[in-house]
Amino acid sequence: MELVAIFISAILINNFVLYYFLGICPFLGVSKKIDSAFSMGLAVTFVMTITAVVSWVINHWILIPHELDYLKIVSFILVIASLVQLVEMFIRKISPPLYQALGIYLPLITTNCAIMGLALLAALRDYGFVEAVIFGFGSGLGFTLAIIIMAGIREQLDLAEVPEPLKGAVIALIVAGILALAFNGFIGMIK
Amino acid sequence: MSTKTIGQEFIKGLWDENPVFRQLLGLCPTLAVTGAVINGLAMGLATTFVLIFSSLVVSSIKKLIPSQVRIASYIIIIATFVTVADRFLAAFFPPISKNLGPYVPLIVVNCIILGRQEAFSSKNTVWRSLIDALGMSAGFVLAMLVLSAIREILGAGTFLGYQVMGAWFEPWIIMILPPGAFITLGILLALALHIEHRTKSRK
Repeated sequence: MELVAIFISAILINNFVLYYFLGICPFLGVSKKIDSAFSMGLAVTFVMTITAVVSWVINHWILIPHELDYLKIVSFILVIASLVQLVEMFIRKISPPLYQALGIYLPLITTNCAIMGLALLAALRDYGFVEAVIFGFGSGLGFTLAIIIMAGIREQLDLAEVPEPLKGAVIALIVAGILALAFNGFIGMIK
Repeated sequence: MSTKTIGQEFIKGLWDENPVFRQLLGLCPTLAVTGAVINGLAMGLATTFVLIFSSLVVSSIKKLIPSQVRIASYIIIIATFVTVADRFLAAFFPPISKNLGPYVPLIVVNCIILGRQEAFSSKNTVWRSLIDALGMSAGFVLAMLVLSAIREILGAGTFLGYQVMGAWFEPWIIMILPPGAFITLGILLALALHIEHRTKSRK
């Protein structure tokens, strides 16, 4: 039951983009077309789940036993950066079609604060292993959901007449605000 | 090498190349911690510290860093100063550190800082990089202050915790919730673009 609560709240209530404001750059940058938004979401979900596993192992097997807590920031960022590289090489070797779909989005993920935020939040909340993995996977799905909805709205916006100063990022931010308002409705779903 | 005077190097960060309003960089912390002025200010100052010292170090050792591994080197330098800032806040200002939560460690992925190292400090002298870092930080702090002041005054009727609105004022709770952050930043950006259009058409 606890796990279900973590999963649902990571997707809907404490959505990474709309509640924690993590991963705003890809959310605004790669949300012009539903196809590319879907690929980005998939890539983020994939990397987030792996990051949750790896950062948990580093935190609980290396940092905490040796009282190296203050190295958390440095070690997480290094591991995430190299992990993304590794995942990219691995996918290219194992599954060329998947690489075709995710390829250009993977390097972008290194600088995505959502990944680093996930590792930090999971460490901050002292999640156990299974909880951390569920949290990572759910957060990835939440990101995917938000970016796909956003892309759907922006495809429609192309047809609308937007006043000159509101074009581009401005209207995207205001739409995101309204979307966040809608997601606010989920608060209270889980106590 | 940049050909601007020292004064221009500083001023450009405030408006022409303001990291938030003009370059749309570092939006995550800008949106996340501007619910109250004190948090926005603390975040702005922490980022200032990290940016200034990272720029100083990167511009001093730029000749020693091989270009293939420069991004990784910058990230380690930045992460070191972020750790210092994070520990400092946790030791001396525990309540603020608690409010900001994971967003202080997240300065490490703030694109403003990495962007300045890549675009400026790695190509310019120590002195110029320092001025550039100061200007960019001032621009960032300014953006944080404007955004958090609007959100706190409208959302809670207070400024830095002091009551500024009369008893008649009904706080707009929405402004301190996440949707308020998106909408306020959107409107401010629209305003910035509008001013830009006006000044351009006048020239």
